[in-house]
Amino acid sequence: MEDMKETVEQSLREMRETFASGRTRSVKWRKTQLRAIIEMVKDNEDKMCDVLFQDLGKHSTEAFRDELGFVIRSATTALDCLDKWVVPRKSNLPLLFYPAKGKVISEPYGTVLVMSSWNFPISLSLDPLIGAISGGNTVLLKSSELSPNASAFLAKTIPSYLDNKAIKVIEGGPDVATILLQQQWDKIFFTGSPKIGRIILAAAAEHLTPVTLELGGKCPTIVDHHSVSKDMKSVVKRISGGKWGSCSGQACISVDYVLVEQSFASPLIEMLKTTVKSFFGDNPKESGCLSKIVSKKHFQRLARLLNDPGVKASIVYGGSMDEDKLFVEPTILLDPPLDSEIMNEEIFGPILPIITLRDIQESIGFIKSKPKPLAIYAFTKDENLKTRILSETSSGSVTFNDVMIQYMCDALPFGGVGESGIGRYHGKYSFECFSHEKAIMEGSLAMDLEARYPPWNSFKLAFIRLAFREAYFKLVLLMLGLIKVRDQ
Amino acid sequence: MARVFEAADASNLVTELRRSFDSGVTRGYEWRVNQLKKLLIICDNHEPEIVAALHDDLGKPELESSVYEVALLRNSIKLALKQLKDWMAPDKAKTSLTTFPSSAEIISEPLGVVLVISAWNYPFLLSIDPVIGAISAGNAVVLKPSELSPASSSLLLKLIEQYLDPSAVRVVEGSVAETTLLLDQKWDKIFYTGSSKIARIIMTAAAKHLTPVVLELGGKSPVVIDSDTNLKVTIKRIIQGKWGCNNGQACVSPDYILTTKEFAPKVIDELKQELVAFYGKNPMESKDLSHIVNTNHFDRLSKMLEEKEVSEKIIHGGEKDREKLKIAPTILLDVPLDSLIMNEEIFGPLLPIFTLNNLEESFDVIRSRPKPLAAYLFTQNQKLKERFAMTVSAGGIVVNDIAVHLAVHSLPFGGVGESGMGSYHGKFSFDAFSHKKAVLYKSFFGDSAIRYAPYSRGKLRLLKALVNSNLVEVFKVLLGFK
Repeated sequence: MEDMKETVEQSLREMRETFASGRTRSVKWRKTQLRAIIEMVKDNEDKMCDVLFQDLGKHSTEAFRDELGFVIRSATTALDCLDKWVVPRKSNLPLLFYPAKGKVISEPYGTVLVMSSWNFPISLSLDPLIGAISGGNTVLLKSSELSPNASAFLAKTIPSYLDNKAIKVIEGGPDVATILLQQQWDKIFFTGSPKIGRIILAAAAEHLTPVTLELGGKCPTIVDHHSVSKDMKSVVKRISGGKWGSCSGQACISVDYVLVEQSFASPLIEMLKTTVKSFFGDNPKESGCLSKIVSKKHFQRLARLLNDPGVKASIVYGGSMDEDKLFVEPTILLDPPLDSEIMNEEIFGPILPIITLRDIQESIGFIKSKPKPLAIYAFTKDENLKTRILSETSSGSVTFNDVMIQYMCDALPFGGVGESGIGRYHGKYSFECFSHEKAIMEGSLAMDLEARYPPWNSFKLAFIRLAFREAYFKLVLLMLGLIKVRDQ
Repeated sequence: MARVFEAADASNLVTELRRSFDSGVTRGYEWRVNQLKKLLIICDNHEPEIVAALHDDLGKPELESSVYEVALLRNSIKLALKQLKDWMAPDKAKTSLTTFPSSAEIISEPLGVVLVISAWNYPFLLSIDPVIGAISAGNAVVLKPSELSPASSSLLLKLIEQYLDPSAVRVVEGSVAETTLLLDQKWDKIFYTGSSKIARIIMTAAAKHLTPVVLELGGKSPVVIDSDTNLKVTIKRIIQGKWGCNNGQACVSPDYILTTKEFAPKVIDELKQELVAFYGKNPMESKDLSHIVNTNHFDRLSKMLEEKEVSEKIIHGGEKDREKLKIAPTILLDVPLDSLIMNEEIFGPLLPIFTLNNLEESFDVIRSRPKPLAAYLFTQNQKLKERFAMTVSAGGIVVNDIAVHLAVHSLPFGGVGESGMGSYHGKFSFDAFSHKKAVLYKSFFGDSAIRYAPYSRGKLRLLKALVNSNLVEVFKVLLGFK
């Protein structure tokens, strides 16, 4: 580990030197790097799909949709919009400050650290990288050790496509993370769990480093069957896609559990079963369309959640597990005990609890009683319920009548609140996430008002008061001696 | 004497405020406007008391209190009242082909129960200004004013108790013990103004609850003076920004001057001359200068000044009176770079001038140090202005003036690196206390099978075409041409 410390310090020195040289600030450099990312993904499509299959059993279509394609789109957006993003924003100043000018410049933070996650090891690494590069920073990426093939691929491939004096990759687990966190960074971007999020934030405090934490949480899905009964087929498809179709539920914006009225629970479950079968066939283990559980540890965690007697008794579909193949069957639970572990920690796997309520309006209270999730999904056409969800609950985002696609909408900020995280990114927000908004004001030396300076007297006080109120007419009267100092 | 503030009081306070917040009372536009109007009444009806409290705590001249605290606040409140409807309105967001058909918006929602910890140097401005942001955004808020400005602290408690909704806006007075108890609670945001040392403690405490923080700190804000300037105006503005703003006890105060060896004598002459014009021959008697806040800070400044190779560099001023907590405006020339005064934020009436062979070196001096809250440049040289603005990293940059940027509501005010994180003022205050919630409205129409398993080559090809926004390709695949 001494060696690692040396490597980290050496990398950091090099990145700081590169940043100080000013190279990474130029829009040209940023664009070259963004183009190189697109090229890298396009050149290595098969290789990337391979490593994602090795690490997670991800089908190539899923891999393209959630990772490769996503990264290409994100980099293309940045490339197309960068010229617009970097333009300083003019600020209107009050007349009082005439002839001064104001503007806001987005400047790079410097050398930043990105720590990514194993569930979308390509996109959760490259997407923040795109933001960091767009902002003009030098950046070190620590990929997750739990997706070793993807991590090794990134460590090997990134240096051959990108400026390796400015963009570096370090592989490793918690011990490497610890070494990295001891260093001073100008920004830390972390994707992962709230537990590690707390450690990162505390470590960042040491150097007053701003942090973006992309965490998760239990994302609830409200099904208001009264108003969407006609579209129930789509509803069920979308929920199933959101639960099992994206890394087997191992996604921070996965559907965690469903809230539905008692009377509709059985029909919903029947439809879910049919959909699961149509997606993954009679033998989902062999379908090739379901990702596996990332590691033994996570498999065992899910097994423990499921083996709680109260939870086990609530299984209405699936439940089979194969530790050798790290496979957990799509599983549906009906009303597991609310105090069970599975209802109090992020599931992050292919298990879907259905929680029944007497009235769907109760879902508001249910969600409010829990930590703020990264996303809330609600299938409803009831405007009143929509308004209640928006104004009474809090979450990173709210999506009506679909799941997970808010992630694909780069005009929307993506990020959590409370337990689900701090900060946001995607599209322009990624650029902002890695930029300091520097206020610039320029005064003129030509015009100067005596009233600004001591020694103070009542005239100056009166003058400044009026100026602050922007009472320009009175100001003129005062200067002409037409109103008394104490009048205004 | 008031009862001691205990752990149970802190947790009860937060519980109570959380109940109010959960009831939704603070979310309504009416409530926010109402509370803001109350703050305005405080400014309008209690200015004499505020001026008196500031005089007690800091010997602050009336004009300074009236302008930099009360008038700035009044402007800030009026702006919030005028623009709150706009600020609260959701922002429409464009959606793309990938999520078609849909519409999207971004809603500003209050974070919940927030804590504002303010500072002693501008005890009213730095307390109420963040509270304006917190209230505008619809939060319940606890304010902890600084114990080092006790008269202001107790006046804030009195006025806020008297005017604002006690179920959602509260003041807790106290020092380290009380602050520690408050920091043990779970807040939805902490807004802190003060030193980078305490900021680290705040952020570490916040980490336990994953609480986002805004840290408004300070740092050594440099002033670069080019010879191509209007020297008289330059020096007046520096004096006003340094001694005329709480006698250097301000986070945006000019900390040291950088100029060329050649130009320095002119700068020094003008400084000496204007200082006399501003504060008279005996500045220790001037009513236009605040005093040092307390003996601790007085001793801290004395220590800086008495360092061996520093004391001999005093070229103007240097008089001190511990009894009256007064230090005369003091100028030092070329103190050692490794001295205390060149490595700690001065936060007082001492102004070192550091001379360079050429102005170019100023970039290196600034870059070699922690990022300051503000960087100032006086010049008429357009190229130099641009380079300074682009390459010097600081919270904010002001060319040809001092500190005026903080009075401009359209500019974000806040630091970077050692000078802090997050920003506020105007709409930025509202944003600092809001969560930007992304909302996507989707319809059921147009549910493409490509989204779902079982996956196939055709789906993959279509996805690729979609990602590249290649419509022709999309149609080809859909029509089965590929």
